[in-house]
Amino acid sequence: MREKIIYGLGAIAAVLLARNLYSIFMQLPDEASQGMIYRIIFFHVPAAITAMLCSAVACVASVMFLVTKNFKHDAIAVATTEVGLAFLAANLVTGSIWGRISWGIWWTWDARLTSALVCWVLYAGYLMLRHAIEEPGERARISAVFNIFAFTDVPIVFFSIKWWRTQHPQPVFWGGGTIEPDMLRTAVLNLVALCLLAVVLVLIRLRQEEVQREIDSMRRYAHAI
Amino acid sequence: MEFFRQMLVIAGKDLRAELRTKEAINASLAFALVILLLFSFAFDPSEDTTREISGGLLWIVFAFAGTLVLNRSFAREVPNDCLDALVAAPISAAALFMGKALANFALVIAVELVSLPVFGIFYNVQWTRQFWALLLVLALGTWGLTVIGTIFSALTVNIRLRELMLPLLVYPVMIPALMGAMRLSTDLVAGKPLSSENDVWLRLLVAFDAVFSALSLVLVETVLVG
Amino acid sequence: MRAVAAEGVWKFYGDYPALRDVILHAEPGECLALIGRNGAGKTTLLRIIAGFAKAGRGQVRIFGNDPRETESRRRVGFVGHGIAVYDELSALENLTLFGRLYNLADPGKTALEWLERTGLERAKDGLVREFSRGMRQRLAVARAFLHRPSLLLLDEPFTALDDRAIAVLQHLLKQALTEGRTVIMSTHQLREALELATHVALLNRGTIAFHGARTAEMAADPGWVYAHYGEG
Repeated sequence: MREKIIYGLGAIAAVLLARNLYSIFMQLPDEASQGMIYRIIFFHVPAAITAMLCSAVACVASVMFLVTKNFKHDAIAVATTEVGLAFLAANLVTGSIWGRISWGIWWTWDARLTSALVCWVLYAGYLMLRHAIEEPGERARISAVFNIFAFTDVPIVFFSIKWWRTQHPQPVFWGGGTIEPDMLRTAVLNLVALCLLAVVLVLIRLRQEEVQREIDSMRRYAHAI
Repeated sequence: MEFFRQMLVIAGKDLRAELRTKEAINASLAFALVILLLFSFAFDPSEDTTREISGGLLWIVFAFAGTLVLNRSFAREVPNDCLDALVAAPISAAALFMGKALANFALVIAVELVSLPVFGIFYNVQWTRQFWALLLVLALGTWGLTVIGTIFSALTVNIRLRELMLPLLVYPVMIPALMGAMRLSTDLVAGKPLSSENDVWLRLLVAFDAVFSALSLVLVETVLVG
Repeated sequence: MRAVAAEGVWKFYGDYPALRDVILHAEPGECLALIGRNGAGKTTLLRIIAGFAKAGRGQVRIFGNDPRETESRRRVGFVGHGIAVYDELSALENLTLFGRLYNLADPGKTALEWLERTGLERAKDGLVREFSRGMRQRLAVARAFLHRPSLLLLDEPFTALDDRAIAVLQHLLKQALTEGRTVIMSTHQLREALELATHVALLNRGTIAFHGARTAEMAADPGWVYAHYGEG
């Protein structure tokens, strides 16, 4: 049953992504000032939003684990954090590529990119923390507490970096401006596609966590005999 | 009142133990001086450059040197299983946490107050022009560092590679507070007073301290006992 | 009211049950010897009773209350594998500290009393770092008894004690029992434990395989319980 859901969602995501790629590359016209490369925004921004959703789910899962002590929630926390990190990395890389092509520089300390980088390092710490603890119950508990701290810090990071940048403006990779309805629709559709992709990846990772737990407990049984 | 009494007993114990061995505080002071020295080679300390980076430099020194002290916080309870005895004692985990945080705060502030004059001498900076405001910023920023460092010290108490993990976890979380403290310190060292221009950072520091102190007090029992 | 009541206690490490449906009681004034092979779960069970860890399932009550409640913690004294005193402080400073943590009326005086009772009064200002093994153990015992706990939980207390420390501990335990306090100790040293014990419980692979009064047979042949209720 679980497999069927994974395949089903994966298929929908694949179809949606294919359709979006077609529309992004074939149908939409070049943007006025930026040319081809602006199309990367259709991945850059949805990836960030997907990552944010993942971090929110991870925080809720962490709280649920601390309340119920059910390892399912711990599995969701680690799965969504890993997937979120991947999408955040995609956000950073697409942002960097865009900057290189448009502005000639690989990186700038603009507010959003900087905040994304800080959040990436924050949650990478969560994964490092997990790797350092062997006992599953302790690992789940300690990392759940850290996840809550990390998530609480995220809005503070965003605001503080924004204020910092208003005092030290750097080249902003994305100007404001309005978005045409066509482009907005494509962007939203791509967001849906990426979210579906995230769900598929999380489900796969969850399965892996379950299997790992079974192996661990069997290993303990074997040692006890 | 019982809470404060317990808190002070724990803080007193930590301070007495630390001042007897002086392990952490000596290492911390030495580290602070070394960093100050290194930075003087990293760039040419002309008056303009120094004025621009003074806040940043100071808080890098404070954060790095402070972590040496903060790491010891719960690590000192590991030999002989002393942490068990503290958890078993009829004191609230919150009082245990606050007591340790207080002791850490005192130690880190001591290192900072020694580092400031040394900084002034090495870099030829007169830092006393906004003395009391600077002390306020020191207190607020250090409290944020202390709270995060103490609770994460509890989180990592049983982990191997604890000394490596703690800085890796603390610094990203501290970025907003460090940013505010650096910004304010640069202004204050340059002689600019607290004003509507920079008091947003002061408010950020207060909010950061309040939020994470509350979160730590709520979660410390879960961290220590489960 | 029972001193200790553990009902249906399970403890999991990941998915592996270290304790399985443990049911254990101790009435006030009892001395319960908890025996079992290495890895049977004795330390795990004691730590749950003492409130250091939480049971995965089931509940533990100390004189009717949850182990983590302040009132319960006030009445429990614990001796674990570590001595739980600070190397950098003196014997007197350590005991005074714990006296204050347990909110004793006159921590300093009580500390001195217990240093005398454990034969450490001459070393009262010495740093624990410089103590011999036996002295450290005696200080650990003093720390556990300091606040006159109604329930004493001891995890393999006779292991690695020198003769003098064993004598001190046995004396203090006997005294505590005549005062109506309750003792649960896990042990490998069957002879010393069975001398004091009124009851015996055998923990085998996470479950209680036997729980009953100590008989003359057990005292005479310490391996009796293992032979009859253990595995192999």
